Order: sequence, then C-alpha cells, then structure tokens
Amino acid sequence: MTSGLGDATDDVVRALAGLAPEPIDLMPRIFAWWCRVDAPIGEVFVAFTERGVCYLRSSELVLAEPMLFSESFRARFRRPVLPAPRPPDGLESALRTGELGELRLDLRDLTEFERAVLVAAGRIPVGEVRPYTWIAREIGRPAAAGGVGTALVRNPVPLLVPCHRVIHPGGDVGGYVLGRQVKERLLRAEMVNLDEVRVLAGRRVYYLGCTSTNVVCFPTCQHVRAVTEEYRRGFRTVDEAVAAGYLPCPHCRPGH
Amino acid sequence: MTAVHEDAGPEVDRLRELLIADLDTGFAELVRLYQDIVYATLLRACQHPADAEDLAAEAFLRAYRALADFDRTRIAELRPRPWLVTIALNTWRNSVRDRGRRPAQVSLDELVDQPAQTDDFAAADNRIDLGAELAELVDLLPEKQRIAVVLRHVTELSVPEVAEVLRVPEGTVRSHISRGLSRLRSELAQRRSHEVML
Repeated sequence: MTSGLGDATDDVVRALAGLAPEPIDLMPRIFAWWCRVDAPIGEVFVAFTERGVCYLRSSELVLAEPMLFSESFRARFRRPVLPAPRPPDGLESALRTGELGELRLDLRDLTEFERAVLVAAGRIPVGEVRPYTWIAREIGRPAAAGGVGTALVRNPVPLLVPCHRVIHPGGDVGGYVLGRQVKERLLRAEMVNLDEVRVLAGRRVYYLGCTSTNVVCFPTCQHVRAVTEEYRRGFRTVDEAVAAGYLPCPHCRPGH
Repeated sequence: MTAVHEDAGPEVDRLRELLIADLDTGFAELVRLYQDIVYATLLRACQHPADAEDLAAEAFLRAYRALADFDRTRIAELRPRPWLVTIALNTWRNSVRDRGRRPAQVSLDELVDQPAQTDDFAAADNRIDLGAELAELVDLLPEKQRIAVVLRHVTELSVPEVAEVLRVPEGTVRSHISRGLSRLRSELAQRRSHEVML
C-alpha cells in the first residue's frame, strides 16, 4: 500500500473490471414458454412466464400450428416465447378438474377492470352460470355490463378462468373466445340446465323462488335446483320476488 | 463474466444470423451473451441490485420489441453491445425521471461481495478491500464521470463506443474518464495514507 501510485493506478483499472457482479440469469424475467396439453375440449396451447400461465388457446383456433400460436402470443404480449421443456406443474390437473389449485396465473398485462372481471368470473361455481350484469354488480361497476363482455372475450386464459359461465339471461350463451359452440359444449359438460333456463325464459321467468324457504335464485343455482317443482315459483325480476316476500339467495346473489 | 468482449467476430456474426433466422431463438442467445454486461452497467448506474435486475429485464424487453420491427439489413448491421447499453441507460434514465428522483443510495454491502469487516486483519488486506472501497468511490463520482468510467472500465466498451452511447465527442469521453480515474486514484491514495497513519 505504500509502493507508490504507479501500482495503485493499474490496480484501479484492474479492480474496476473486477467490479462486475456475479453472473445473472435474466431469461426467466424476459421469456415466456409454450406447451401443448390435453384439455376436456381437446388439445390446447398454453404459454406461461415465471409468474404463471398467461395465455391459452385451443389447438383448433390456431389450426394446430405452434407457429400460429406463438405469433398470436407475440402480437398480444410483445415478449419472446420458446417451446417449454414441459408444462408447468398443476396445469393439466387444473384443466381436468376446473380448479386452479396451485397453478398461478400471470395477468399483469390486463387492466385493473379486466382483472376484476376475471376474478369475479372465477367465483362462479361449476354447473352454474351468471349474466354479464351480475359480474358488473359484483365488481362494483353496475353500469359496465358492456365492458364486462369485452373483458371476458379478451380473457387470455379461458378454461382456467371460467368466463364460459357468463351468459345472457335467456340462455343465449353469448360470445366466447374459443367459439360459441365450445362454450355451449362446456356448459353442458358441467351439467348446467341450459334447456330449462331457455324454457323458463320463454315464459319470461328469469328467477326461481323456493316457496318453503322464501329464497329467490338464478335458475342454475344449486340451491334452487335441489327444490322440487311443486315448491318453485318463477319471477321475472328480483324486485318482484322481493315484493312477494322473498330474500335474494346469499349463494348466487341474484341482486336487488 | 462469460459475456463477449468484442462486438465483432464469429460469435456476433452467428448471433446476427440467428436473429434473422428466428428472432426468439436468436434473442435467447443475445440475452445469454449480453445479460452480464447489461446488468453490470445498470448496477453501477442505479446502484441497487434489485433495481438493476428489473431495469435489465425491462431493457431486454425493449430491445426485443425494437428488434421485432427491424428488417434483416438493420439486424445484419447490429452492433449488439453499444446498442444494448444505450437501451439500458435510456431505461435507467426513464425510470429515474418517472420516479421524479434518483433511487436512494443503498448499503454498499449489496454492491459487491465483500468480506465482513469485523476484524482488523480483513481491513488490512489491501487486495480484497480494494473492490469494496472502489465501488464506494465510484458511486460517489459525479454522474458524468461515473457513467463514463463504468462504460469504459466495468462494461469495457471502447472509447468510440462510449462516445456513441453517451452521444458526446470522444474527447469529452476521454476527459470524463481521465478526471474520474484520477479522482478515484487520489481518493484511494488519501485513504491509504490515512490508514498508514493509523
């Protein structure tokens, strides 16, 4: 340390080069990966990042072409995507059971509103459906039913977020990112009483009350589906039911 | 560091070919080759490891989005190192501007692998001590000198490349570097003589 400034000078430049930190791996922060797996509707392509699954499309939609899937991924996310060595843990079981379980979703590219819509849709139980207005009300934006429809059609992860369980009140299944026919097929596979909903709507009945409990429900609610015909009473609106002394079901929350 | 140190040669030629043939595969190679340099540069610029990592990831995404719009001629002429360092510094400056303030200076322990200075013998080890001390002194340099010294001697860009990245004449770069280095030397010498007196 007292050997003079000459040595110290070289030391400084050499030590500066040595200031480079430990090697770093940024790949997981930058890239997404894609895989193809089987789902109840057939094969699907799925893309995921280190944060979770961010994109799902049916094989049918991309003509079973990995290239078309990754192009549509890039167009939407503007992020590089490479083939995954294997699917993320929990993906196949989430698709099979309809429950996310440990599987994480990466929804960071969505707006707050879109995320709220998807979270609300995720609360609709298997076998039931809700109208678009229900989601709007659940997220505290009762006037935004149109925006709800748009957000659902933009759902990047259909099946994993069950946006297919949001339909029109009369039983018209409405739009779906994977196609209307797939939506109807999914709902029937989940044992939704679509035909009954349509027959009721034909009689202008959109809500069913139980005459023994005085609770009023959506016609697909598990609560009212357990009630036999003789104890049911149909209503056109929740207001009518409430006026008749019925309480909105705390399970399906038909609103009032 | 495993990164390339020359911005020419077969490795860079191969990278350009890869990027033209398949952007995403080529981009994975680009990240592999340059992530250490980009991270090292940002670490000394923003002085915080977690921020540097965020900024580096963001810089690479910006680079990817830019490359997606490049035609093959432009990719064939790409000089990845100064190009990426330019994007990295812009990303850092934007983040500083967006926050409306400089990121807080942080503990130096995070900046370098530094042995715990609990005993006098460690402090007396001139060689080990130099890295930590130097990191501290570099961070205290005025920004222009700091960035010029870092780009030249940590990132190891050539003087013309530093000039290109910073958009200033080479003479200005040389003068920032030389003033920065002499300041580092005199600060170090001062500390050394102080230690000797102790």
